Formats: sequence, structure tokens, C-alpha cells
Amino acid sequence: MHPPADNTAVDIRDLCFSIGVNEILRDVSLSVEQGRYVAIVGPNGAGKTTLLKCIDRILTGWTGRIEVFGRPLHRYSQRELARRISYVPQADGHVSPFTVEQFVLMGRYPYLSPLTTVGREDRQVVRRVLEQTGTAEFADRPLETLSGGERQKVFIAAALAQGAEVLLLDEPTTFLDYRHQADIRRLLAEANKASGITVVAVTHDLNHAVLESDRVVAMRNGTVMFDGRPDEIMNTDVLRRIYDTPFTLVDHPRATVPVIVPQVRD
Amino acid sequence: MKPFILLTLFILAVLVIAVAPFCGIEHIPYSTLWTGELDRPQADILWKIRIPRVAVAFLAGSALAVSGMAFQAMFRNPLATPFTLGIASGASLGAVVCIHTGWTFTYLHRFGISSVSVCALGGAMATILLVYGLTRVKRGFSTTTMLLAGVAVSFFFSSVILLLQYLSDFTRTFRMLRWVMGGLENVVDFHDVLSVAPFVVAGCLIVLYLTHELNLLATGDELAASRGVEVDRVKKALFFAASLMVGGVVAICGPIGFVGLMAPHICRLLIGPDHRWLSVATLLFGGMFLVLCDTLARTIIAPTELPVGIITALLGGPFFLWLLLGRTPKPLAA
Repeated sequence: MHPPADNTAVDIRDLCFSIGVNEILRDVSLSVEQGRYVAIVGPNGAGKTTLLKCIDRILTGWTGRIEVFGRPLHRYSQRELARRISYVPQADGHVSPFTVEQFVLMGRYPYLSPLTTVGREDRQVVRRVLEQTGTAEFADRPLETLSGGERQKVFIAAALAQGAEVLLLDEPTTFLDYRHQADIRRLLAEANKASGITVVAVTHDLNHAVLESDRVVAMRNGTVMFDGRPDEIMNTDVLRRIYDTPFTLVDHPRATVPVIVPQVRD
Repeated sequence: MKPFILLTLFILAVLVIAVAPFCGIEHIPYSTLWTGELDRPQADILWKIRIPRVAVAFLAGSALAVSGMAFQAMFRNPLATPFTLGIASGASLGAVVCIHTGWTFTYLHRFGISSVSVCALGGAMATILLVYGLTRVKRGFSTTTMLLAGVAVSFFFSSVILLLQYLSDFTRTFRMLRWVMGGLENVVDFHDVLSVAPFVVAGCLIVLYLTHELNLLATGDELAASRGVEVDRVKKALFFAASLMVGGVVAICGPIGFVGLMAPHICRLLIGPDHRWLSVATLLFGGMFLVLCDTLARTIIAPTELPVGIITALLGGPFFLWLLLGRTPKPLAA
């Protein structure tokens, strides 16, 4: 076992998590360097969402060791942690009653003390992330009037307003149309390349995963089954072992990795 | 716009508080304030009966409204009320047991505290601890567990109350029924103001201190945690602040319904869902509304009084239906 490198953002060792008798995560070890774009893939129920929630301490009661920027998770207050890590949850259909701007402003919570109000710097940050995510035009609209794609951009804007170095996303493009998928991918690539934000995204879309990320982690039954470069996972045998179903790969005319095309039934 | 609405509410609240003590069976002209021509019985009515009663009404209304708002945000449920967790049922059970057994604590009467109130407060506190304990059985401090535990406890106590009512004689049953309606006619002294005020002031201060957190909890526990809220700790603080406030009020006034449910919703319509504004508006509106209802309650069929719980529900019920059916569901989202 190697010691974590100096530029490690998140370091996980032997992480186990159970609910009752069900083991959700089993001895997961994973280390993410700063500035990486890591895609986490795997079948339903593999523990991908749980892993994200453990890293952001939304779930507690796990065993093992999680370090964020070289410091164990238990040494962080939740507020301190929120300044280092932000999280975009799976779209769950529940919509809060706030306007876009109010909602994004709430991303500044880790910088507020209880009796202070939102300051000028907070407003500037919010203005910037609204522009950056292309949500400024509907800043005054209530969240519930937005489409799924617009709402997802607002959730990412709120996470960016937190000013954290690590961005965890849970299926950010699921349920979105093609244009919004492309928008979100561009947004995340920009945050990663231009702002140097470490991105860890759970996804079911392997094509997006290999095209966007520089590392792919595949989980199954609560353990890490594969951890490597995108071109390494694009192998019919590897994929078949992860998902228990056959795959067809073709070369993409413009990408350096092959991509998956839908199976044709006989 | 929002500061303007708050200012308007504040001025209205001051006006209502200023006018209410002069209304009643015994008319006291305002001119006595500056002419000083207040005769002895009138002065007594004003200082010993009307002003304490208005003060308790305002405190109680504020407490019920603010705790209702906190529960609605915490449970993300627009139908949550201060009584959802069974505190009112616990207090009622305490009161009903006291009436049924005929317990009297003469020692406390010297301080102007009635035996029924003491038992009601005991019932409320026991319920708070019971619901807290039941919630803690499961890991963490799950809102769903708390809600279900509270509702279960509430129903259980309600049936015990029915049982005791059934077993009691006619006079006692009447007293029980009357207590469970809620009202402020027992407030006849400044003692009552002093016994309610600490609960209400402390509870409201805690809730007002946690308005950022209430906003985030309204978006969901997980999102709140990811934004840096110590979710379990904040929920416990809110639970105890709101519950103790409700317990303190219910012990004196009985379970006065609908203020805690509708005042936050009306204020959401007026000022929006941001708790930094909403909490202050709710505090002012809740207090003002109960003072108004209580003034109506003691004048409308004078010289007799109506229980204020009837007025709040009479005004509140149709209004709530109008909100629920006549409007888009938007303002009701907690």
C-alpha cells in the first residue's frame, strides 16, 4: 500500500458501510488526485451513491479511513468540509420553494456565521457562477418553474458557489435531453480544466464517462472492480465482467477511445 | 419590498396590541390614558386582566406560529403543525388526568400557578422526551422516524383522553372538553405572562438564530449536510426549541388550533419562503392574529366568552381550504 501523494484530494482506505445486515460498501480503497476528472460507473446497487455520500459525510457510521486533503474526515467540521467538497445530488423530484438566486446564495452557507447576512463578496460569487452556468437569465424564477435541465445547472451553480476544490456529482446528466447533457458536460469540463476543480462524477453513461474523464472507476457489489484509464475499460471482456451483459464497441471518428453502441437483438 | 412588508406587519401588530386591551365588556375609553381619569375598577381591569391577557395571547400566537413554521421546514411538510409531534395531546392528557383525579397542588397556588397547568406542562415535557427517545432508537435523528413517532404518540394519548373523559362524571367531562378546546380565559394575572414568556422568548430566539439552517433543511437534509449544516444537531435544537415553546404555551392556554398551521402559510404568501424574513413575519403575524381572535372571542357574545380555539379554527379552516384548493400549490410548499 502506497502512502498518499501530496496532491491527493480524497484518499479512501478500506471503507465499509452497512445498513442493517446489508453490506453496501466493502473494503473500498480509492485515491483521487487534485485536478482529476474521475468517473465512477457500475451497475445499479453497486454502492456508487453511498460512496459519494460517505465522502461528503452525508452518511455516517462507516468504518475505515477517509482523508480529505491529507486530513481525516472526523477532524473537519461540516462547515469546513463544505468549503473543500461540494455535492450535487441525484435529481429526486423534490423541489424547494426558493428562487434560483436564493438557492444559489444558500451555497455560501459555509462562509456565513449565524447572525451575518450575505455580504458583497457572496453576491459577487453568486453572480459569477450564475453567469458561468448560464443560469443568470432565470435568476429570479422559482426553482419549480424550471425544466429538469435548467434545474440541474442551478444545482451545479449552487455547488460551485460553495467554492470547494472537489465537486461530487451523482448522475448529473440522467434524464436530460441531448442539449442539456452537452451543456452540463461542457460546464463540468470547464470547471475541471479552467478552474482546476477535482470532479468525481457517478454516471451510467459509459460513453460520456470515457470521453470526459481521465480516470474511470467501476464498482460492483460494494467493491471496486476496475480502476484505470478510459481506454482500458473500453474492452468487451472488462465491460462484460462488470455488467454481466455483452457490449459492442466501435471506434469514434474523433475520439481516441472506442465507444459503446446499442446491442442489436437477433 | 420585504422590509416594507415587515414594517407594515410590525406597525399593525403594535396597533392591535395597543387597541385590544381597551375592547371588552367594560368599555375603557382611550382618553383615560392621557387624562388620567382611570377609576380603580377600570385600572384593575386594564392592568390585571386585559393587558396580561393580550400579552399572553401575543406570546402564544407567536410561539405557535414560529414552531409551526420550524416544523413545516424541518419535515418538509406543509401540513405540519406545532401539535404534529403529540405535544398538545401530551399536555391535554396531563390536564385531563389532573381534572379526572382532582389533584390540587395548593403549594403552587400561592404563585398563581394552577394545578391543571402544572400537569399539562408535565404531560408536554414527558411527550417531548418520549418522542425524542423514540427518534433516537434509530441511528441518527431521522425526520421520518420523529414524525411517525410523534403521530403515533399523539393518537395513543388522544384515545387515553377519550377513555378518561368516558370514565369521568358530567362536570369533570365538561371541564376536560373545555380545556381541550383551548382558550385564554384562565389568564387573569401577570403570573401567567411570566410563566409563558421564558419558553416563548428562548424558543423564538433559537429559531431566529437558525434561519439559514431552516432554509437549507427545507431543501432537504442531504443537501443541507453537503452545504455544511450539522443536520442532526440543528434538528435537535429546533425540535427542543419549538417543542418547549409549544409545551409552555399549551400548559397555560390549552391546544389552540390553526394558528400554527396557517400563520406560516399566510406569511409565505406575503413575504416568500426565505426564513430570514419569514420567521420574523410569522412571529409578528401569529401574535397579532391570536390577539385579534381572542379579542373577538371575549366580545362577540359578551358577557359570555367563546373559546378562542373556535374562532381561530372558524377563520382558519375555510381560509386553509381556500389556500389548498383555490391557489396553485406553490405557496404551500414548506
